[in-house]
Amino acid sequence: MTEISTSSITETKKFNIDTVEHAAKTPDTELPWAELGLKRNEFDEIVKVLGRRPTGAELAMYSVMWSEHCSYKSSKNHLRQFGEKVTDEMKKDMLVGIGENAGVTNLGDGWAVTFKIESHNSPSFVEPYQGAATGIGGIVRDIISMGARPVAVMDPLRFGAIDHPDTARVMHGAVAGIGGYGNSLGLPNIGGEMVFDSVYQGNPLVNALAVGVMRHEDIRLANASGKGNKVVLFGARTGGDGIGGASVLASESFDDTKPSKRPAVQVGDPFAEKVLIECCLELFKGSLVEGIQDLGAAGISCATSELASNGDGGMNVELTSVLLRDPTLTPGEILMSESQERMMAVVTPENVEAFEAVMDKWAVEYAWLGEVTDSGRLIITWEGEVIVDVDPRTVAHDGPVYDRPFARPEWQDALQADSFTGSVQDAGRPSAPAELAAAVTELVASPNMCDKSWITNQYDRYVGGNTALAFPDDAGVVRVDEESGLGVALATDANGRYTYLDPYHGAQLALAEAYRNVATSGAVPMAVSDCLNFGSPEDPDVMWQLAEAIRGLSDACMVLGIPVTGGNVSLYNQTGTTPIHPSPVVAVLGKLDDVARRTPSGWREDGAAIYLLGTTAAELDGSEWSNLRGHLGGLPPKVDLEAERALGQILINASRDGMVDSAHDLSEGGLAAALVEASLRYGVGARIALQDVLDRDGVDLFTALFSETQGRAVVSVPRSEEVRFKDMCTARGFEHLRIGVVDAASGQLEINGVDTLSLDSLREAHEATLPKYFG
Amino acid sequence: MTELPLIGEAVAVAAEPRLAGAKIGVVTFPGTLDDRDASRAVRLAGGTPVELWHGDSDLGDVDAVILPGGFSYGDYLRAGAIARFAPLMSKIIDAANSDAKLPVLGICNGFQLLTESHLLPGSMIKNDHLKFICRDQVLRVENNSTYWTGDYAAGQEITVPLKNQDGQYIADEKTLDALEAEGRVVFRYVGFNPNGSRRDIAGISNAAGNVVGLMPHPEHAVEVGFGPESLDGIGGSDTEGLGLFTSVLNKIVGAN
Repeated sequence: MTEISTSSITETKKFNIDTVEHAAKTPDTELPWAELGLKRNEFDEIVKVLGRRPTGAELAMYSVMWSEHCSYKSSKNHLRQFGEKVTDEMKKDMLVGIGENAGVTNLGDGWAVTFKIESHNSPSFVEPYQGAATGIGGIVRDIISMGARPVAVMDPLRFGAIDHPDTARVMHGAVAGIGGYGNSLGLPNIGGEMVFDSVYQGNPLVNALAVGVMRHEDIRLANASGKGNKVVLFGARTGGDGIGGASVLASESFDDTKPSKRPAVQVGDPFAEKVLIECCLELFKGSLVEGIQDLGAAGISCATSELASNGDGGMNVELTSVLLRDPTLTPGEILMSESQERMMAVVTPENVEAFEAVMDKWAVEYAWLGEVTDSGRLIITWEGEVIVDVDPRTVAHDGPVYDRPFARPEWQDALQADSFTGSVQDAGRPSAPAELAAAVTELVASPNMCDKSWITNQYDRYVGGNTALAFPDDAGVVRVDEESGLGVALATDANGRYTYLDPYHGAQLALAEAYRNVATSGAVPMAVSDCLNFGSPEDPDVMWQLAEAIRGLSDACMVLGIPVTGGNVSLYNQTGTTPIHPSPVVAVLGKLDDVARRTPSGWREDGAAIYLLGTTAAELDGSEWSNLRGHLGGLPPKVDLEAERALGQILINASRDGMVDSAHDLSEGGLAAALVEASLRYGVGARIALQDVLDRDGVDLFTALFSETQGRAVVSVPRSEEVRFKDMCTARGFEHLRIGVVDAASGQLEINGVDTLSLDSLREAHEATLPKYFG
Repeated sequence: MTELPLIGEAVAVAAEPRLAGAKIGVVTFPGTLDDRDASRAVRLAGGTPVELWHGDSDLGDVDAVILPGGFSYGDYLRAGAIARFAPLMSKIIDAANSDAKLPVLGICNGFQLLTESHLLPGSMIKNDHLKFICRDQVLRVENNSTYWTGDYAAGQEITVPLKNQDGQYIADEKTLDALEAEGRVVFRYVGFNPNGSRRDIAGISNAAGNVVGLMPHPEHAVEVGFGPESLDGIGGSDTEGLGLFTSVLNKIVGAN
């Protein structure tokens, strides 16, 4: 015991003496840059920037901050389009754009909203519970950093095949982790996605979105200004968890031959985070902080370099002041640690006492680390000896940028030529009434289309008392202002199969669906956040998918008139040389002047007329139906963004003027899925006849039910509103057909040409799937 | 002490002005989550919510106290086991046991806190299925003569949200028999027992009826558009939890 601790202390001491002075004198010392995830050319660049070899501590900082995860070095050149393709319409409500912890959008009445989606994919595969939990923790701290009170979270999840033994491990862990952390924070979980596909087997996607609201005057930014202002680290103590999380975990592919990366996963303490939220809000209320930054990926390295470079440019920090969980940590480890539930703030000397009083009230530990300077240098000392002396911009912003080669894959043409229609898998397409009824039931019981309450019932959707819509409705809706009813709606969507078939249009389809979902709830879409989940950027095929997806998304945002305000890129989601399907998850935020007007996805009013908005084409490639038959090829459904905009306007007006009882968008699973979901939502049946649709659009009944043509929605319109609703659609030149009527007493879904489906049997099929696999 | 910085005061309350004088304290512990919801419920019921901090040394002039839901101190030890030692808790325990019979309602974590403080018998362990569960739950009001249930009809069924991790109510058979015999089982789960609680018990009271604890969340069923009916549409109404709050207000106003 004595021997071990002595030797570790000796080792620590040995590391400590790698001061800047020492580094300058020992240029030839071998440094473990490769183990820290740096490439040779990157290490050489660091030496060039510093004019000497880096110290151990500097190397640690650069290695995490120049990692793919923190520096966006492979995607930066493409991501610029989100900032460049911006119209005045898109800027009008943007208070804070890309680049800060999260973008901020004006809601009116002095309110602002901030939201962001991020990935926590790799940690969630290695250690599902903690990986998913800390994903929530991290995104929530981004929201707090902007000065906002977090008000809701959402989780888009993508797992491997439902029947693969490892899927249950990841699913159980991730869902329990999201619940365990999010429920303890008092944030309602209002929606998300769940997709099973074997392409995600070794690389599940666990994305997390948080949304927060604030008054305009409360917006806070991450910068350290004002010479002499104090720098404080508060919240949890710094430990050895998550060291290298950003560099070695999130920025490399998994490889069976290497040792477990489990120690690189952070461990969450939701109680500490909840206290931190309340404590920060009290600091904001008292205007006690000048700048604030959460500690996420790259920990203190990131917080100090970003705060300093965004402010006056200089900061002095004494690293031994950091409160530690583990006293044997080396300076490099302290700088790299990704211990959760920590924040760094800049406080004026006059506010120090008041700041400490807030900390004491909430029993939050804090340590004054140093102060802001105007030297333009970030100087970190260890017992007074300088171990880091860098220009913070070179760490935080001027990292390497790669123009990675990309090219349309050779196989893309063959893939797109392989249409589902007429394929082997398309043989025996259902057409008889009994076959169609069986097909509808099979669809709604399938892994991707089944009821998700096994997951969502593990999340608190009520806390806060402001949830107006939650899963399974198209969008989650949260009230912001109790007096006026002002609120926000959020939806996240992605379709990896569409994007695989055509990355440019696939990404646009994700945006179109999220936009449609928000409009379906009655909200006016305002802003976008995206989480771009892709394989390795070093593979030109993948890089092409990424480039195309970003180009597609940024072009589509221009047409829809809503800006991207933030997001995250997650690369290296591949096992060996096999990447996941390109999966840009797109979140759209919308605004409702009064959440009382929101539109639910299920019909309730007996006798209401059911309308199908939009036209249907034969678009089965990439659909859920073709997926069920084991086919993936062809071209995804056509994108028509002008039509999406027009449909959105109709849905928003219908909600505002009380013309609809329900609205549900058509997407995966087409009309068949939408009809079943709208009926099961409140257990209210309907009678449907699609002959007019078949005649108008020239499709057969199967296609009408299972095609995934975009720009469509199904709405129920009370009799009293029918004339007004039809007039509105006609005036706007939008195709609409009455396809049926709500039949509350029937307890069944009756579709002409399809054997009648009882709601009980549909519900049983819909709800049995997840419990069957996951208990 | 906790702020409501982002939520405006709800003004559209058609409550009886005579109840507004009644002050209900809502205690915030570190890790409390549903304090603002409980305050809103009091307000919508017509009363005046008063924010109390666990470290406060006195109860001020409140007429009743609500211990709201959440995860005090993270529930890393037994739920409520640490919060039970907060300075304000000893005041609450004394006041509840005094002749003045301070009305106390413990919801979820608050119920766990009441059993930890021995204001109520029994204890709560992890749900029998070992998962967190959030669902709309039908309850039967078994006793409408407590301070918190007077506005309900005996045997009335109400739907309120339930959400917990450690919600399985347990006690020895003798205690359970005594609770049944004395009419101190106040709420019982109907149709589905969501956590394995003994005898489907969802809520109980002390002998005097001024202290009531329950696992489900009546404060999440107080407003049209934000309750069980609107979110899950399983029937019932959005506001069937409001009765607990109006009951105690009427009791207080009646007593004055």
